[in-house]
This record gives sequence, structure tokens and C-alpha cells, in this order.
Amino acid sequence: MNAPIAIVGNWSEGLSFVVAFLIGIGFGFFLEQGGFGNSRKLALQFYFRDMTVFKVMFTAIITAMAGLIFFSAFGWIDMDLVSLNPTYAWSGIAGGLVMGVGFAVGGYCPGTAIVGLATLKTDAPFYLAGILGGMFVFGELEPWLHGFFVSGFWGDRLTLPQVLGVSAGVVGFAVICVALLGFWGAEFLEKKFSRPEEIK
Amino acid sequence: MKQKNYLSPYLAGIGLGLALLASFYFAGRGLGASGAMMRAVVAVEKAVAPAHVQANDYLKEYSGGTRSPLSDWLVFEILGVLAGGIISGAISGRVRPETGKGPRISVRQRWLFAVVGGAFFGFGARLARGCTSGVALTGGASLAVGSWMTMMAIFAGAYMTAYFVRRLWI
Repeated sequence: MNAPIAIVGNWSEGLSFVVAFLIGIGFGFFLEQGGFGNSRKLALQFYFRDMTVFKVMFTAIITAMAGLIFFSAFGWIDMDLVSLNPTYAWSGIAGGLVMGVGFAVGGYCPGTAIVGLATLKTDAPFYLAGILGGMFVFGELEPWLHGFFVSGFWGDRLTLPQVLGVSAGVVGFAVICVALLGFWGAEFLEKKFSRPEEIK
Repeated sequence: MKQKNYLSPYLAGIGLGLALLASFYFAGRGLGASGAMMRAVVAVEKAVAPAHVQANDYLKEYSGGTRSPLSDWLVFEILGVLAGGIISGAISGRVRPETGKGPRISVRQRWLFAVVGGAFFGFGARLARGCTSGVALTGGASLAVGSWMTMMAIFAGAYMTAYFVRRLWI
């Protein structure tokens, strides 16, 4: 196994930061190409008029997921060295719901607001200012919220294959099937609800 | 320059997925956005009130110890996102001042609601330990249980709110 390359190869921090910048360019480029710099295009997702958010997100998820599953099966990457998000069920669900409210009201999410800023959308800097304010408030309140913040801890590296007791390949295949069904549903919804003047 | 159409969402998704895969392959971690912003917040707090940051275990985690909070992988990645957005917008003729909003509200109203929405998102992103990039996209692709729960909660929260704020967008 020669990957994750930066970890196996014991890269210097400077080199890691350069690669972080280059990977970020790819991330920002395709976010903008997908139309994620435009808050209204993003928000129309929640009225079923423009399903781009769902389509881009799930295509990206299944692409990267399939890549990881194959790379791991081929012995190209050691998944034990790849960082994985921990599972804190209650704060994770509550935080997700709060983010959802912010998404519907504000139109952007953090990454897409950066792309909005890059293309001079006037609402993006206001949204980003709001984000910094919301994070400041959380940071100040965390000592009081700490009990809830660490509640529902189910594991540091808990994955769907572990919970379901099947291989990553089986879960991956199921996710791809659900995504394809979702794409079909998204196209159907767009045909039903979209307004031609709103979708570019 | 004439504004070009957006790329097919499926092609954009494949490009995004490959950027994410490259991140896992090279760096051993996924993409992110909100973490870099928290570091910006803590950088300001550390400059203004270092003792206050030291006294708060949560803020301390982002404070970078003896170094700058901004000396972090995600900070450089998000600067790349900004650069990538500029490059993409420039080659497609989309770098132009514009306000995303529905026809029934004014630009000023949109700005106000952008601040409010951002504040909710920022607070929620810290509570859930990451946003749509670091949790939904990254955790989704690596099949992390908590990330899938958070991803579904984001969509649920947004769809539940959408009806009440429809005047902003449609």
C-alpha cells in the first residue's frame, strides 16, 4: 500500500499544504461549473424546481465512494490511515437540522459561499459574515453545550458496512442503486416543477 | 464575454468526486470548508483575547498551540476553492456582480437573510462537527454512519423550512 501518499510518504507540512491548495482548486472549479456559485440555483432545490444540488452531490459521493472501495480492494490505499468522521448521533442530527434551516434561509452552504464570493455574488460575503458570527457564538457557548455536543457517541470510526454487517462493496452497490433511482426521481421532479426561466 | 451554461450536473459531480478521491488518496482525508472558517474565527479571538481562547477547551483545539490557527490543511484547501472558483468563473464568463434571490424580495432583504441563514448554518456546522463538504460529501463517500445521519438531517431541515421562506426564492 502506498496511499494515503502524504501519510505513507511522511510528507512535510509545506508539501501537504501545497497539495491541499491544488485539491481545493479542483473542488472549487467543479463546484462553480456545477452552478453552485448561485444561491438561488441552490435554494430552488428545496422547491423541486432545480435538482442540481442532489445530482451533483450524489454523483460526487458515488464516484469517490466507488474509487475508495476499488482502491482499497486493489490494495492501493490503507483505509485505516484515512481519517473518518466520528458518529455523535444527537449533536450530529441537531446540527444537521440547524444547517438545513440555514441552507433554506441563506441559500448557500460554506463551500458554495466561497465559490459565490469567487464569482462576485453580492450575497456571498453577507452569508460568510453570518457563518463566522454563528461559529463565534457556538465557540463561546460550547462549554455550556458540551454535554449535548458529545452526546450519542457511537464510535470514532463507525461505518455503514460495520453496522449492517456486510462488506463495503455490498453497501457501495446499494448506495449506487439508490442514487441512480434518485437521479431518475430528480429528473422526474424537475420536469414536473421546473420553470424554464429559472434554470440556466 | 458571453456567459456559458453550467456543466451537466452529472459531469460536475464526477469532477467533484474525483477531487474528493484525490484528497483521500494523497492526503488521507476528505474535503472541508467550515473548519477553515472556524480557524479564521479563532485566529481573531486569539489575537484579541489569547487568555480567553486558552480557557475554552473547544476554542483551544482550533488555536494551533504556539502557531497560528491558520496554519492548517483546510485553510490552504479553502484558499484553493476560492482560486478554483475564480478560474472556473473566468473561463465561463460568470465572474460578474449579481445577487441570487427570488423576484419578490429586494437586494437588501436578501442580504439580511443571507446573514441570518449563514449564522444558522455556521452554528449548526460546528454542532455537527462539519458542513456539507466535510460531513455530507466526505463522510458520505467514506460511509461514516454519523455523516449519513447529518446529511439526511440537513436535507430534512431545509425542506421543512423551505415552505416558510418561499418568498425569498420563488
